[in-house]
Amino acid sequence: MDTKDKKHNFLKRIFNGRNAVISIPYLWLLLLFLFPFVIVLKISLAQPIIAMPPYTPLFSWGDSLWPKIQAGLDSYLFLFSDSLYIKAYLSSIKIATISTILTLIVGYAIAYSIARAPKRWRGILLMLVILPFWTSFLIRVYAWIGILKTEGLLNLALMTIGIIDKPLIIMNTDLAVYIGIVYSYLPFMILPLYANLEKMDMSLLEAAADLGCRPIKTFWSVTIPLSMPGIMAGCFLVFIPVVGEFVIPDLLGGTKTLMIGKVLWGEFFYNRDWPVASAVAIIMLLLLVVPIILYQKSQEKAMK
Amino acid sequence: MKKYGNFNIFALIVGFSFLYIPIILLILFSFNESRLVTVWGGFSTKWYGELMNNQGIKDAAWVTFKVAFVSSTVATFLGTIAGLVMSRFGKFGGRTLFSGMIYAPMVMPEVILGLSILLTFITLSIDRGVLTVTLAHITFSMCYVSVIIQSRMSSYDESINEAALDLGCTPLRTFLLITFPIILPAIISGWLLSFTMSLDDLVIASFTSGPGSTTLPMKIYSMVRLGVTPEINAVSTILVGLVALGVVTASIIGKRQKQQTI
Repeated sequence: MDTKDKKHNFLKRIFNGRNAVISIPYLWLLLLFLFPFVIVLKISLAQPIIAMPPYTPLFSWGDSLWPKIQAGLDSYLFLFSDSLYIKAYLSSIKIATISTILTLIVGYAIAYSIARAPKRWRGILLMLVILPFWTSFLIRVYAWIGILKTEGLLNLALMTIGIIDKPLIIMNTDLAVYIGIVYSYLPFMILPLYANLEKMDMSLLEAAADLGCRPIKTFWSVTIPLSMPGIMAGCFLVFIPVVGEFVIPDLLGGTKTLMIGKVLWGEFFYNRDWPVASAVAIIMLLLLVVPIILYQKSQEKAMK
Repeated sequence: MKKYGNFNIFALIVGFSFLYIPIILLILFSFNESRLVTVWGGFSTKWYGELMNNQGIKDAAWVTFKVAFVSSTVATFLGTIAGLVMSRFGKFGGRTLFSGMIYAPMVMPEVILGLSILLTFITLSIDRGVLTVTLAHITFSMCYVSVIIQSRMSSYDESINEAALDLGCTPLRTFLLITFPIILPAIISGWLLSFTMSLDDLVIASFTSGPGSTTLPMKIYSMVRLGVTPEINAVSTILVGLVALGVVTASIIGKRQKQQTI
């Protein structure tokens, strides 16, 4: 009786309302977000075979009592033996770094200008930044194809004005990828920067000016350091997803544009080599885990 | 107050031109008579007519709409709970992991999310189709909803809840009668964001969909790979129009709510 009561209490503690509420989203994310990474890790250790699913099982029960574990690092060794993959990782990081810096410069100028605009204008200006962010990513990337093509609208416009007499080759180059990334990710940069710049204590800037600091110097030594949390949040929001970006390099980049997201897509959909695709994902995750944790920490701080 | 500098005006003009000119050109050329994208052949709505005859696009649009409606509704439910848990439940076992699972999907490259969730479905032998796309969309959308709810709750006046509880209201009733109506605008914007994100998604849908569950972005993507056509411009214009309508409606609802509370 006594033990039964104890057990009952224990169950009651576990299944109280509070824990039940927490468990609903918790279990969902465990099953459909965290558990999938275990699966990816598992499959990255398997061998590709021609079957459905196209990889070998990790455990097999032969005649023996104990399962035979068939795990191998073949996929990982393959990634490091073929320079294509290492180049793709490095090139993704390079493209993500350059485009994050470009987005930061453009985004800062816009966010700063909105934050310093007359108060009644700020809402509508911010709304104008968010609006394209709500429209389809794919469509916004597609819109640039018609502009950047060799026989596209940009070349047509420049040649009509007479600035150039030969069309510029932008489409299918890295430049087109940079334009596409800056364009698509700009709102992600502007929003956290604006949130930060808008709250900034203007009296600090006035104090600097009163003490004889020139506006440019005030900007570099007061405004920029104060807006660092916004800069960090914006850069993470751009850098991390861009490393694995697929749509932009696929549609705007050329054959020479090497990005790991495109490689993973190709391994999975065209080569049907699931173990290698999984290994590509695991290595990408390892590269991004530090920035992701830093981003999570900065967001948690911002929510407090 | 210092005067508004020329630099700021210049930055805004250039910035907004950059953001809007591509979309405006896209819409403009959906009304082009000519099939060529760079030659203006006169005003015409014939590409919209052609679209209406394209059964593939209509089927894909219907699948996309169903997925978006169901996934955004479930995601709003789960995300609202997650947001409240994060902002109101204080410490609990595994809180750091929970917060990680909420913030990570928002920045995680889509190819990783798509691949990992697909391999899970295959391991659990769930057939790829509308259901799997919907489950995948719920998973990433609920994180955005949860963040919207968290940021709403950070300015929530807790004393009204305490007053209700002091007067003998049960926690559930307090939530339904007090908290819920107050955070409803945030819940609605969470739903709208989930809906448009599901409508937009190409990468995760490509991984998780099966035969018969081709979504509109997947259909558009396969058309884009074959080249720029006014038909794609027309379908894009319809989508942009719908989203703009939704956003404007949402902001009007939001404004009215604000006025009512004042």
